[in-house]
Amino acid sequence: MTHPRTQGRNGRRPPRPAESEVRPYPPGDYDIVVVGSGPGALQVGYYLDRLGIDHAIISSDPGPGGMFRKWPFFQRLLSWTKPYALGDHDSREFERWDWNSLLAREPELRGISAEFMDGTSDFPSRPEMEANLTAFAERAGLRVRFGCTWESTRREETRDGDRFVLVTSDGEYRCRFPIFAVGVSEPYSPRTEGIELAVHYADTRDAESYAGKRLFIIGKQNSGFELATGLLQWASRIALSSPSPAKTSIETKSLVGVRARYVQPFEDSILGGGVDILSASTKGISRSPSGALIVKLERSDNATPMTVEADEVIAATGFTCPLRDLPDLGVATFGQAKLPAQTEFWESVSVPGIFFAGTITQGAAGLKKHGMPSNSGALHGYRYNARVLVREIARRHFGMPLERQPLAAGDLRDHLLSEATRAPELWHQKAYLASVVTLDPNDGVQDVGILPLTHFLDHEGPDAAAMTIESDGASIYPVVYVRREGAVEEHALEPDPLHDFEGLPHRRALGSILDRLTAGASVA
Amino acid sequence: MATRDEIADSIAGMAIFVDLARPQLMGVASRFEEAFFQTGTRVLRQGLTGSGFYVILDGEADVVADGQKLATLARGDFFGEVSVLLGEPPTADIVATRPLRCIVLGGPGVEGFLVDHPRVMYRMLQASARRLRNANRRMTANQ
Repeated sequence: MTHPRTQGRNGRRPPRPAESEVRPYPPGDYDIVVVGSGPGALQVGYYLDRLGIDHAIISSDPGPGGMFRKWPFFQRLLSWTKPYALGDHDSREFERWDWNSLLAREPELRGISAEFMDGTSDFPSRPEMEANLTAFAERAGLRVRFGCTWESTRREETRDGDRFVLVTSDGEYRCRFPIFAVGVSEPYSPRTEGIELAVHYADTRDAESYAGKRLFIIGKQNSGFELATGLLQWASRIALSSPSPAKTSIETKSLVGVRARYVQPFEDSILGGGVDILSASTKGISRSPSGALIVKLERSDNATPMTVEADEVIAATGFTCPLRDLPDLGVATFGQAKLPAQTEFWESVSVPGIFFAGTITQGAAGLKKHGMPSNSGALHGYRYNARVLVREIARRHFGMPLERQPLAAGDLRDHLLSEATRAPELWHQKAYLASVVTLDPNDGVQDVGILPLTHFLDHEGPDAAAMTIESDGASIYPVVYVRREGAVEEHALEPDPLHDFEGLPHRRALGSILDRLTAGASVA
Repeated sequence: MATRDEIADSIAGMAIFVDLARPQLMGVASRFEEAFFQTGTRVLRQGLTGSGFYVILDGEADVVADGQKLATLARGDFFGEVSVLLGEPPTADIVATRPLRCIVLGGPGVEGFLVDHPRVMYRMLQASARRLRNANRRMTANQ
């Protein structure tokens, strides 16, 4: 196994002066301005750089990492990297087992997360993750103008067409296309009466300061259970409450739900061990004459009022997108997180030309087949979105043709089954990203790479096949969508206990389906 | 954009949720997710598996089967339940004809939700009965 402990730079760019010596990307005109310096911004910036598209990257932070510069509160991520999993660390196959590395063309930049992990857990610590992202930026030669805060936005008509103007603390940036990778990072608290008596998750104090306290946590998502898990040894009693029952990721069979890392409070609750998990709406918080906090609740099952006395209340009620004045510009948003509504290529549906990257791309929900969301909210999902996004921007706006690989017609079936078995894009973005092959009479069989599934389904094109991996909650299986003479058919293949779809049964099944596209595929 | 409180407010007057008290409405707002579709977007796709149950908060959508418009849906209407209940792909496209804001529950969550909320199930049955009656009337009128 190769451990790509890369010491040098990629060779493409000369070493750059330290950040303190020079601040790149001064205010001015650029084709694209990327806002942010978390993993989403770094990933999209990397591909813009490698394609040679004129751009600037600006960030209000002092260094790379985004949310990972501070959170999770208990300093351990929810996303794993398995250093000894199958595949060399620089291989595409390894990406499936490594949720924390950014993507790169250069082998020495791939799969670098593992080299920063100390071996105590397959979930990196927050500092390990920050080091991973910082190293990627440095080794890839990515430049970011740190300490540059985006403040407001407007549109300007020019002789060369519309421009977006980003007003920042350093001056004005004009661009054809802004890409906002600003995370879902603004603390959100509901307008509950007395909410000022609670602190938000973002303002949680050191764990020791909760010693002996009765703790009430509003919210039963991962952040609430992260706090509950970390404070089990400190708090005297913990209650968590939200209107709906809490579900674990094992029950939802997706990353929606409380992750398995945080199940201890469930067990403590079931065993009567000082944790209470309630299904109730928080109606108000007040302070009693004795100084205790009184949390008024309304039970979800029978609307009965109840109260819980606590010493501390923490609102683990999530975050919203810090979109500043983009809604005033016409950017449509939805949901409690104020996610911008996006096309399948992560462009605002209401203000063309504004794009998004990073965790915000969960605003392009895709099909959510069988209720299963994409992983666009997590690095191992949105890193692929970023690559597809830059490829599409390059094609559509900069005249760069899509990279395609010719494929022998006889290899079509085995190519698609190999993609189903190995392609990390399909495994991490189930029923969301597809591996697409076109069969144009004038162009032959072409592997056109990874595209959003909804794009394949909703746009016309030549005869083609798109392979996805999907889950119905009971099993994981490949699905091939076949477009023939404009009509699309869906064909689910059988699951396999070991997720190996390259055996004879799958070859036979897919071959007979593809026979309708290319005669003789089943005997290839 | 809507918080859970705002979604609970929005659905409070809808026929399908009319029997629910405020905490139950908040439960619905927590259990469903909000979704937004621009004009021209397909929300459900005829013949494709794995869809969900949708309730329209704002906007309009057409029901289109084999290229033919069958009906228009608007605020308070719901769709996708037949496909989810029968475990079969939708028999029509649902296409947003104006910016469409919905709440949606994935197919696997629908049975549990309806069992937990029998009054919603009853109102859904009522609506389905009306749709069946109207379809019968149309068939009779066309004969």
